[in-house]
Amino acid sequence: MIEVRGLTKRYGDKVAVDDLTFGIEPGKVTGFLGPNGAGKTTTMRCILGLDYPDKGTVVIDGQAFRDFANPMREVGALLEAKAVHGGRSARNHLLCLAQTNNLPRRRVGEVLELVGLTEVAAKRSKGFSLGMSQRLGIAATLLGDPKMVMFDEPVNGLDPEGILWIRNLMKALAAEGRTVFVSSHLMSEMENTADHLIVIGRGKLIADCTMKEFVARASGASVRVRTPSADQLIRAVTVKGATVGTGDDGSIEVRGLSAEQIGDLAFDEGVRLHELATVRASLEEAFMELTADSVEFHADAPSQPASTMIGTGSDR
Amino acid sequence: MTTTTADVNLPALPSAAGRAGLRGVLASEFTKLRSVRSTYWTLAALIIVSVGIAAIAGFGVASNIHNNPQNKTGMDATQASLIAFFELGQLIIAVIGAMSITSEYSTGMIRTSLTVMPRRGTIYLAKLIVLTTVALVVSLVTSFISFFVGQAAMSGSGVSASLFHSTKVPANAFMHPPAGGNGPPVVTFHGTLTITSGTVLAAVVGTAVFVTVVALIAFGLGAIIRHTAGAITSAIGLMFVLSIIIQLLPDSWRWDIMRFFPDAAGRVLSVTVGPSNPHLWSAWPQFLVTAIWAVVLVGAGGYLFRKRDA
Repeated sequence: MIEVRGLTKRYGDKVAVDDLTFGIEPGKVTGFLGPNGAGKTTTMRCILGLDYPDKGTVVIDGQAFRDFANPMREVGALLEAKAVHGGRSARNHLLCLAQTNNLPRRRVGEVLELVGLTEVAAKRSKGFSLGMSQRLGIAATLLGDPKMVMFDEPVNGLDPEGILWIRNLMKALAAEGRTVFVSSHLMSEMENTADHLIVIGRGKLIADCTMKEFVARASGASVRVRTPSADQLIRAVTVKGATVGTGDDGSIEVRGLSAEQIGDLAFDEGVRLHELATVRASLEEAFMELTADSVEFHADAPSQPASTMIGTGSDR
Repeated sequence: MTTTTADVNLPALPSAAGRAGLRGVLASEFTKLRSVRSTYWTLAALIIVSVGIAAIAGFGVASNIHNNPQNKTGMDATQASLIAFFELGQLIIAVIGAMSITSEYSTGMIRTSLTVMPRRGTIYLAKLIVLTTVALVVSLVTSFISFFVGQAAMSGSGVSASLFHSTKVPANAFMHPPAGGNGPPVVTFHGTLTITSGTVLAAVVGTAVFVTVVALIAFGLGAIIRHTAGAITSAIGLMFVLSIIIQLLPDSWRWDIMRFFPDAAGRVLSVTVGPSNPHLWSAWPQFLVTAIWAVVLVGAGGYLFRKRDA
C-alpha cells in the first residue's frame, strides 16, 4: 500500500505536482495516467525519495521508503531504462544493485533468465536496444522480489511482443498479490492491463476510480444510422423522445434510444437501414476529454475524428 | 502468444538476514569501480605517466650531472623520481576521484543506485571508502615503483637516494680553472648533506598519501558539481592552474598566500634534502592544508548529495 498525501513539488516557479492525494493498493495493476508533463514521473520520484516534496508525504506500508531495512524487497522501480552505466555488463550492473541489499549472487542469474537476457549478460549495456534495456531495468526491479513494483512508461519504444510481455508480467505480478503501479500517457495502453486508474493533469488529481467506472463514464452512447429515408426515421425517433444530430457523411446520430430500439422502429416504419451502429467515446477520448484542460503543450494538429465502433462484447 | 496471466516464474528469494547497510554497499561500490573499463585505463595512465617520466627524469639528471658535475650539489634524487607522480599523477587520479561520483550522474545510474539504497549517506560513505582505499593502494604502488625506476635510471651518476641506507650529496661546489688553462673547469666539493633512508620513506609514502587526498578533493568537487568535465576541470584548476597563476603574482603577495593552497604540499612532502622553502610550512603542516581542503569539499559534497533532488 502506497499512500500519497497532499504531495506538492515545485521546480523553480513551476508547480509539477499540486496537492496530490491518492492510494495504491496491492493485488492489482494501478494505472497512472496523464498527458506528458502532467507530473507522473515527478510523483514517482517523490515516492522513491529521489526528489524531496515541498509539501506532503509519501508513506509505504506505514513508513518512509528510506527507512525500510531492505528497500529492494519492498519496492522495485524502473523509471528510466537507460539509467545504467553503459560501460558495465548486464550481470555486473545487476550484481552491484543486488549487493546493496545483501541479496544472494545467484539471484542475478535468476532475474536475467526471467527477462531473457542470459545470453548477453556479459555484454556492456551501452549496446543494448531499448527493448533489451527495458528488460534489464525490469530484471533490476525484480531482484529483491519486491512487494511493490513501479514502472514509468514501461512500453515506450517497445515492439508488440515486448509490450505483450510487459503487460502479462504486470498482470502476473499483481495476481501474486503485489502492488503494481504503472504510468502511461496513453489510455490505450491501460485498457487491457489496469484494474484501477489514477488520472492526473497539470499535477492535479482528475480521477481515481476503477477501470469499470472509467469505462462507464466514457460510454455516453449514441447510435449512428444511415438510411435513404432519413426524414421519416428522424420523425419516428423524435416521437419516441430521442435527440438527433446529423453526421458529416450524411449519417444521423441518435441519442436516447438503443440500436435495438431504433432497428425495431425502422422495421415498423418500413425504413431501409444501411448502417446501424452503437457509437461510444473510446477510452482514449474519455481520457482526452478529462485531461483536455490540463494538457501542458497543446499541439496544433486538428482533433481526431470521433468515434470508434464497438460491437457486442468487443474487446479490441 | 495468447498467454494471459502466468506465474512470474522466479525462484523464491530467501528471507532477509538483516538490515541493508554499509557492508553491502561497500561491496556494491567496489563492483561498480572494478566493472568499468575507464577505471583500468585511468589507473594504467597514472602508473605509466608517473613511472615513465620518473625514468626520463632519472636519465635527465644523470646526463646533466655528467655534463655539469657541480649540479650534484644538494641534488634531491628522491624528488626527481617523484615529481612526475605528484605533479601529473595527481591530475590523472583526480579523474578517477571525480568520475567515481560524476559517472553516476552522466549515465543516470544515480537514480537507480538511490532507488535500491535510498539511504544516501550510506552510499556516499561507501563511495568515499572504496575510492580512498583504491587510490591509496594504487598511489603507494605507483610512488614506490616511480622511486625505484627513477633511481635505477640515475644509477652511476653519483647522486642517489635509498630506502635502505643513507646517501650523501655534496653541500657546496667550487669551480677552479684547469691546470694549464685549457679544458673544462675542475670542480671540488666541500661538505656533505645526508639523505637518510627514513626521510626517503617519508617522502615516498607522503607523496602517495598526498596524491590520494587529491583524489578525494576531486571526489568532493564531483559531488558538488555532478558533471564529469566540470569536476575534472575544477580539480585541475585548483591543483595545477591556480599554482601557475599564483606564480604570476607579485612576490610579496604570492609568498604570503601560496601555503594556503592544496597543491603546495606535494612540493614539500617529496623533498629529502636541501633548505626548506621559506614561504611554505614544513611537510606535515603543509599536508594538513591539503587535507583541510579535502575535508571541506568532501563534506560540502556529502551535504549536497543528501539534500538535493537526485
